[in-house]
Amino acid sequence: MHYTFDFAPVFAAWPMLLSGAIMTLKISAISMVLGLMLGVVFVLMRMSKLPPVRMIAVGYTELIRNTPFLVQVFFIYFGMPSLGIRLGGEEAAILAMTLNCAAYAAEIVRGGVQSIRPGQIEAGRALGMHTIDIYRFIVFRPAIRAVYPALCSQFILMMLNSSLVASVSAEELTYMAQTLDAQTFRSFEIYLVLGAIYLLLSQFFSVALQIVGRTYFSYPAK
Amino acid sequence: MIREFGFAEFLFLLEGARWTVVLSLLAFTLGGALGLAVALGRTSNWTVLRGIMAVYIQIFQGTPLLVQLFFVYFGLPLLGFKVDVWVALTVGLSLHASAFLGEIWRGSIQAVPDGQGEAARALGIGYVHRMIDVVLPQAFRIGLPATIGFLVNLIKGTALAALLGLTELTRSGQLMANITFQPLQVYGAVGLIYFFICLPLTYFSTRVERRLNAAR
Repeated sequence: MHYTFDFAPVFAAWPMLLSGAIMTLKISAISMVLGLMLGVVFVLMRMSKLPPVRMIAVGYTELIRNTPFLVQVFFIYFGMPSLGIRLGGEEAAILAMTLNCAAYAAEIVRGGVQSIRPGQIEAGRALGMHTIDIYRFIVFRPAIRAVYPALCSQFILMMLNSSLVASVSAEELTYMAQTLDAQTFRSFEIYLVLGAIYLLLSQFFSVALQIVGRTYFSYPAK
Repeated sequence: MIREFGFAEFLFLLEGARWTVVLSLLAFTLGGALGLAVALGRTSNWTVLRGIMAVYIQIFQGTPLLVQLFFVYFGLPLLGFKVDVWVALTVGLSLHASAFLGEIWRGSIQAVPDGQGEAARALGIGYVHRMIDVVLPQAFRIGLPATIGFLVNLIKGTALAALLGLTELTRSGQLMANITFQPLQVYGAVGLIYFFICLPLTYFSTRVERRLNAAR
């Protein structure tokens, strides 16, 4: 078996891969932020006194967590137009990733919220804090701080999963690689380089998320 | 004539689901065997082996499954193997599973109290029996919820086989959506089939986890 490796066409196309990587970074970052915010909403819904509201939140998280991301992407991109909602590849990608991320974030943050002792909230109330402030400073911030590492690995998984949105022609990293593959037929070299880029991206996110965590979720210095 | 999405079409999807299940079980079994080796390597006393396994796990956890599958699909022929999609997918998914299961089981092995292994060593029990009879049974209990959780992820991961052209559940859905022009109903049905495959496992995993926590 003789195969001569030729990385030249892959490296020659670096502007393409770079723009793909930037798109991956962008859609991942957007859906992490939106997903966490929506996830917090679902946690609040699960804490509601009204059973139907709780049921909607449980049903949503279970439905998302037990179906493949690829099917969710197809459902949004190919299915929603028959409801009159037509989205481009990039919008569909961000929507699918946000909805997916929200379900996982909700489940993780809920675990953190359960670790907050009721005495904390009662203390806040005794101090005359506003309900919104209680939720913000006593419930959610310490809860997210407690589960932050789990949240980060979920976010990184989400970033890796974003490779699937190439199938609905969102022009992110994997899409660019597939385009390049169709032009050069250097499949093995391309996917080797692609893997290396994703490895770098996941390291980057791991460091970046740690810095964000230290800025927003650490205890204030005295 | 355009077909409606009816019962016969739903049966077509179920036929695809059969291959999803087969592929998941194959990858889980092979990946489990390999994953045990990874976990044992990762917890061995041999520094070099531990390092190699750490890099192996890092590579699979730091790259998308889709890229891993493409890599295997295009890489195996270079090693001189003639591959069809089934072989490439089984190998790719098994390798993926081995890294994730290896990491889960490493955690479980390390969660078994040190005293257990030390006591076995004090009794003169060798490595093989120390692992098989003392450490691994306890680690298995600890790792069970996370293992089932990963199985659910693996089943969802087999959906990517559709992008390589294997007609499992998702690919059947794609074909059916193209025939019936009712993507909303078809992908909804596909999602529901996955849901009913995965939900019992998720439920079981949560129950086992709760029972283990209660025992502590």
